[in-house]
Amino acid sequence: MKRSLRVYLKLFYVTFWLSAVTFGGGYVIVSFMRKKFTDELGWIPEDEMLNLVAIAQSSPGPVAVNASILVGYRVAGIPGACITVLGSVLPPLILLSVISLFYDAFRQNIVVGAVLKGMQAGVAAVIADVVCSLGGKFFRGRQWFSVLIMCAAFVASYFFSVNVLWIILACGCIGGIQVWINMRRAGKGGSV
Amino acid sequence: MTFLDLFWSFFQVGLFSIGGGMAAMPLIQHQVVELHGWLTLTEFTDLVTIAEMTPGPIAVNAATFVGTRIAGLPGALIATAGCVLPSCIIVSLLAFLYFRFRSLTVVQGVLNGLRPAVVALIASAGCTILLLALFGEGGIAGGMEAFNPVAAVLFCTALIILRRFRFNPVFVMLGCGVVGGAIYLLIP
Repeated sequence: MKRSLRVYLKLFYVTFWLSAVTFGGGYVIVSFMRKKFTDELGWIPEDEMLNLVAIAQSSPGPVAVNASILVGYRVAGIPGACITVLGSVLPPLILLSVISLFYDAFRQNIVVGAVLKGMQAGVAAVIADVVCSLGGKFFRGRQWFSVLIMCAAFVASYFFSVNVLWIILACGCIGGIQVWINMRRAGKGGSV
Repeated sequence: MTFLDLFWSFFQVGLFSIGGGMAAMPLIQHQVVELHGWLTLTEFTDLVTIAEMTPGPIAVNAATFVGTRIAGLPGALIATAGCVLPSCIIVSLLAFLYFRFRSLTVVQGVLNGLRPAVVALIASAGCTILLLALFGEGGIAGGMEAFNPVAAVLFCTALIILRRFRFNPVFVMLGCGVVGGAIYLLIP
């Protein structure tokens, strides 16, 4: 582990700028992090970086924040993690507080109102596109069990307004139980 | 009390959104629109639009936006802290376990169950936003008089452009804003 003021400053500087200039969500920023920390700085080996990304995606919370915690932790321990969280959260915090301060004045403007109304359809299309890409994978891979979970969760959420938290907890448990059954089968020497 | 509500709401968003990106959206909608009524559905959709066009995770953007509107800068700081805290605790714990044991089988299993559910929840929130775009705040109850054909055409065109040509979503949204905005201004 590297613990010096120079390393701390570098960690903050890199995560702050990555967070400030990368549009397009967690996966984009994660690939930029790999480029910076593995290729340019050489602080984290390639295969380890991939595992860190896997953990970042499997943990709750924003992927970009999770990835920066892991990178900070790997490079400089807990203080490193604190610094990288601060670095990656500050840019959106500053930007969005400025935007929300002007939101009301902004929204009442007729032109802005019309443009935002036009954008509603665009946002719906972007979400539909994400759903098609993510959901299509289960159909193409013939993962019928996943398709079943997906349909059941949609019906529960959209038509019966079941609390989102319960749906997530239930489906997480189903996944956990599935692994447990598979592991037991494998342990008894059955088919894997 | 407001501060506690803000913190606790976004703590839950941070704790239960798994899979990044849009995964947090249905949770934010549940907490902010349905449970506490901090934002109307239109304001929430604006927030998703703004969050998509600015850098940073949607959950952090939402926490800052809602926090500032409800309780100023302290509100923004508290909501953001609430949203990031579960990550800090759980990821540090997982990182510690990983560097010690290097095994993630069970975590991967839980994820296999969660992925389809997350897709379904995003679809569900997307339907709500689509209905808002097509029928306005009244929803489908408004009937055919409330139906907005301009939004329907914009939605279909944008979806085709996204699926077939893989355009950057930010430009597609901006395009919808410019074209839709011009039509709405010319034909009130």
